[in-house]
Amino acid sequence: MTSITMSGAPTAAVTARSLVNRPLVHAHLLAGIGWFLVAILAGLLFSTQFVRHYLFPDQELLSPGRVRMVHTHLVAFGFIFNCLLGGMIWAVPRLCGQRILSDKLGWLIFGVWQAIMLSAMAGILAGHGQGVEWGENPTWIDPFVVVGWVLVVTNLIVPILRSREKNLYVSIWYFLAAFIWTALTYVMGNFFVQYWVPGVSGAAVTGLYIHDLVGLFVTPIGWGLMYYFVPVILKRPVWSHAMSLIGFWGLAFFYPLNGVHHYLYSPIPMYVQYGAVVSTIAVELVVTTVVINFFMTIRFDFDTLRTSLPMRWFYTGMVLYFITCLQCAFQTTLTFQKIIHFTDWVVAHAHLVMFGVFSFWIFGIIVHLWPKLTGRQWASRRLNEWHYWLSMIGLVIMFFDLTIAGLVQGFSWKALSPWEESIVASIPFWWVRAFSGVMISAGALCLVSNIALTARRPVTEMAPELQPATT
Amino acid sequence: MERLQTILLVAGLGFFLFSALIMGVWPYTLLKDVPVASLEELAKDIHPSFNDLSQRYPEVFSEYYGQPNEAAYAKALERGRDIYIAEACWHCHSQQIRPVSNESLRFGPVSRAGEYQNVLQLPQLLGTRRVGPDLSRESGKRSNDWHAAHLYEPTWVVPVSVMPSYKWFFETRVNDEGDARIVPNEDGLAVIAYLQWLGSWSEIPPATFYNAGQVIGEGGK
Ligand code: HEC
Ligand code: HEM
Repeated sequence: MTSITMSGAPTAAVTARSLVNRPLVHAHLLAGIGWFLVAILAGLLFSTQFVRHYLFPDQELLSPGRVRMVHTHLVAFGFIFNCLLGGMIWAVPRLCGQRILSDKLGWLIFGVWQAIMLSAMAGILAGHGQGVEWGENPTWIDPFVVVGWVLVVTNLIVPILRSREKNLYVSIWYFLAAFIWTALTYVMGNFFVQYWVPGVSGAAVTGLYIHDLVGLFVTPIGWGLMYYFVPVILKRPVWSHAMSLIGFWGLAFFYPLNGVHHYLYSPIPMYVQYGAVVSTIAVELVVTTVVINFFMTIRFDFDTLRTSLPMRWFYTGMVLYFITCLQCAFQTTLTFQKIIHFTDWVVAHAHLVMFGVFSFWIFGIIVHLWPKLTGRQWASRRLNEWHYWLSMIGLVIMFFDLTIAGLVQGFSWKALSPWEESIVASIPFWWVRAFSGVMISAGALCLVSNIALTARRPVTEMAPELQPATT
Repeated sequence: MERLQTILLVAGLGFFLFSALIMGVWPYTLLKDVPVASLEELAKDIHPSFNDLSQRYPEVFSEYYGQPNEAAYAKALERGRDIYIAEACWHCHSQQIRPVSNESLRFGPVSRAGEYQNVLQLPQLLGTRRVGPDLSRESGKRSNDWHAAHLYEPTWVVPVSVMPSYKWFFETRVNDEGDARIVPNEDGLAVIAYLQWLGSWSEIPPATFYNAGQVIGEGGK
């Protein structure tokens, strides 16, 4: 369609020197990995409560419920946020041929964001959590998050506005829309629900918030980064530009209408619930376009999966994405909801999409970018392989385990057995979950030790921007 | 640049506002004529269990809440709700009974929108996960003592429980004879008052309570 897509957009700007503030990208990815460690540690800790061996019983500051809020909050805003931002700070300048507005601002955002995360964690543990799912940081932090996001957008939108490319590459479409969506979503969830909209109407808005945070913040930025990195690594343009645009408009229209599917069979008016069910199923069709586009871009180049770790992470994430979305189309139906709502089934689904899909893509990006950011080749291929296999197998075990646990719980409740019975039946599953958590954590440790080893290696690789310009 | 504005205004702003309109504002307008009860209004109906708390734990009660009057009840309910949020009880317990999966048999009457029109449901606490049972019809289901023991150490009353213990809701008091007694502190009293309030407005008692496979109580349906 345009030169930029035909030639594989991402390479367009490679010859420009020092477009990207690499230390800043590096810092965001490192911080993200750091928060990932804290977050899974919290998840692991909370999972020991479920097997009645909580590691720090009777410690008010490590009250299991608070630790749970730390887990989900840090996963979203510490790990995923930092890494997606790092990815955008890498991709946007390269796609637009322009530097970000200000490096100083970039570092300011970096510092402020980590401070926000630290205080959110401290605040939640000190007992100041907010009663909004995925918005659990203390209420006084909310305004800072909004200001922080506005600064992020300012820093990244200027290179887009200055870009001399006539047609914007689809990744930029996703980023642009996400800039607005994230701001609106955050305000909707953390202010309207907290201060103005009570009860059932509040639940409707909370549903929108929970879902929009996944669908309008993580998803578009994640897709945008996939549309950037996959062609770059394969050195081949995406299969169909038209299809990526269908995906974009489909996501933009249908995704925001999904939220209420988190509260099916609640007292929220039924027509709103039906609307949410129908548009959830529509979204799954939309998502399929992205998945097809990706698989067609790879075609039958399966050798890449063996040789290129980033591609393997992306590919695995895409396969799991397809499974997630297929699952979604079923579980959103009222028939499934009768049994699975409130159970571990939903927790399995949440881990599949947040870990199995978006985190896997992020890991692929990390593995791909690290040599370019540090100038050092990975110290150990084997550790990276271990990271992949431990994460992947750990996740698959966790997913099947919790899915089955969810069915056991759902049917036990429906059968009106005493509540204790569902607990007793779940405990073996909760043991397996804790075990799979140990695997996932071991995988993360492989990544971290590899990063530490890599940092000690000599600088061998010059990033393309540092090489003398040839054209 | 034309494209850029389309993306920002149509996809970014337009579609989002459209969704907020039909999925958020519309349900809101349906309920906007149902008044949102203030804390003072809620506290007018003092639940008998609150008086019971004041007699059972007179020393701590009078120290933290004074007389079991409306002002004290309002204070306890609000504090109880705040702790329910801060401890993430709402991540393990729902407050919403669905018309399916035999929930009305297990927990009591199906939830109605009007029940949530009060400030203690700001932010709303319908919940999306049940590790433990639904709590929206908890009022009167258990005694204050049961709740105190359960919060202090859940496995004392439900041996298989995976609910965390909340020892920091309690303090030790020594009476004149020198006997030490563990009693709920300001937070513990508040949480118990809040739990006993949940569902107290429902005029119909829960239909059936099931325990260990046996029906232990029946009410109207
Ligand atoms: C880790 C999840 C978890 C958390 C957090 C949790 N609970 Fe529970 N709760 C349970 C489980 C499981 C049960 C069922 C077993 C039992 O009765 O102990 C339960 C049972 C209960 C019951 C008894 C319900 C009944 O009548 O049978 C009450 C009341 C209760 N919880 C209140 C609370 C309060 C208040 C908090 C917060 C301070 C809280 N729970 C936090 C898991 C949790
Ligand atoms: C060490 C590995 C992990 C363990 C042991 C673990 C454990 C847990 C536990 C116990 C819960 C609470 C479930 C419940 O309420 O019943 C939870 C929720 C959640 N976790 Fe994890 N987790 C791990 C890794 C991750 C990762 C890597 C991610 C995302 C990148 C993640 C995302 C989530 C989300 C989104 C929820 C909320 C689920 C919901 O409310 O439905 N977790 N996790």
